[in-house]
Amino acid sequence: MNENNNLLVRLKDCGIQKSSKWIVKGISLEIHKGKIVTLIGPNGSGKTTTAKMALNILKSDEGSIENYSTKMAYVPQKISIDWTMPLRVVDFMKLTSHINKDEIIEALKLTGVQHLIYNEIHNLSGGEFQRVLIARAIAKKPDLLVLDEPVQGVDFNGEIALYNLIKEICTKLNCGILLISHDLHFVMSATDHVICLNGHICCSGSPKSIVKNSSYIELFGEHNAATLSLYQHEHDHSHQTDGSVKN
Amino acid sequence: MFDDFFIRALVAGVGIAIVAGPLGCLVIWRRLSYFGDTLSHSALLGVTLAYSFSLNIAFSVFVISAVVALLLVSLQKRTKLAGDSLLGLLAHSTLAIGLVLIGFLSYIRFDLMGLLFGDILAVTTADIGLVWIGGSIILIILYFIWKSLFSATVNYDLSAAEGMRPEVSNFIFTLLLAGVIALSIKMIGALLITGLLLIPAAIARNISNSPRQMIVIAILSGILSVVVGLFASLEINTSSGPSIIVVALILFIISLVPLEIKGQLQKR
Repeated sequence: MNENNNLLVRLKDCGIQKSSKWIVKGISLEIHKGKIVTLIGPNGSGKTTTAKMALNILKSDEGSIENYSTKMAYVPQKISIDWTMPLRVVDFMKLTSHINKDEIIEALKLTGVQHLIYNEIHNLSGGEFQRVLIARAIAKKPDLLVLDEPVQGVDFNGEIALYNLIKEICTKLNCGILLISHDLHFVMSATDHVICLNGHICCSGSPKSIVKNSSYIELFGEHNAATLSLYQHEHDHSHQTDGSVKN
Repeated sequence: MFDDFFIRALVAGVGIAIVAGPLGCLVIWRRLSYFGDTLSHSALLGVTLAYSFSLNIAFSVFVISAVVALLLVSLQKRTKLAGDSLLGLLAHSTLAIGLVLIGFLSYIRFDLMGLLFGDILAVTTADIGLVWIGGSIILIILYFIWKSLFSATVNYDLSAAEGMRPEVSNFIFTLLLAGVIALSIKMIGALLITGLLLIPAAIARNISNSPRQMIVIAILSGILSVVVGLFASLEINTSSGPSIIVVALILFIISLVPLEIKGQLQKR
């Protein structure tokens, strides 16, 4: 397959303007099948806005967007579901597509929340709901998966497991993933392409190249940058929950 | 069979309750009760225009409600006033224009109370046809846009990202709301239509735990309110709209009981 067949989304010089102020500007990026692209950057740097452009939720005020994806799935950063809506997990899983019960259970199992299937969404904790959100997106079997800080509120062990799951899904479904994450640890070890955002693209490239980039060091501080380049070498193995090395 | 005015009112009222159930649930979920209010207040303007130009009342009310809904959208783009202020502005100015126009139409004998609070004597056989045919059309359209509408109600961005086209279904939903108001104005009256949308859905929320269950219970409690309300209206000679809404309120209070018991049990 040539490279173009694998292309899912291409943003070329895109930007969003709100009341004559540019929230993000000059954003170019490509997402390909089977690859993970990560957006990192400080709060308010336009990560979510960029993701929404890739998802066609927001129309870019400049540049062009090509979208070849046939099935997108989205894990938004924050969802609050009103109490007036009596929504169970099982109803929520079927929100935008017809998924049968076996598939629902299977997806919930992957994120470790199959026992909550008939619970009302309101009674879930933040971390549990986050797991349901990820399960819902996976159950859709998308070719493009956009995850906006998917593991917020998830406990520490769960976080690692979920990140591993995301990586696994990427290979298994051969889908493209756009991930927004503050977990530089995972970003540097598991993603294919990193984009460092602060209203515009400060720098981008492979994780290895990016940690040496001066604007990255400026944005995240020398200490952090140094720690992470260390992690680079460490991260050719992973740990079991008890700390032993898994392989 | 439809000779008796009371039977006519019952048949039309039950039809309205069935349509109001699912739409009322959506109004509650989307926090649109004040929006519904605005549409129904503007309905009075629709009625007076219908009399002025001898148009069909339901048609004229539908058009005016739809225009008001579009006006709201364009106002929201032009000013920074909050949504509820704009709704209030539209609700009361259209109501006022409607009442002023009624003043001009002194040559027609107007039953203002009937317009504001509903009148079961006014329901004709043609109205029954209108309610059931119009209601069926509303429900069929609702069925086809349901997935999109419901997902957008839960989360707009998610719905948009996953190709549900929520902007289209939102627009259609507004028209459907205008439609149900047009159908029910004769029986419930301009001031109280939102009550028939809201209260059965609120009752349903208290005692249901899935969206489908909530819709079914909303329809059933709407029907119960209409039937009991109309009997009461006949028995004690009150306006039909208020009677129906009072019954709905009583049902709402009763529906709080299981919620209360559940709360007590959880405390233990």
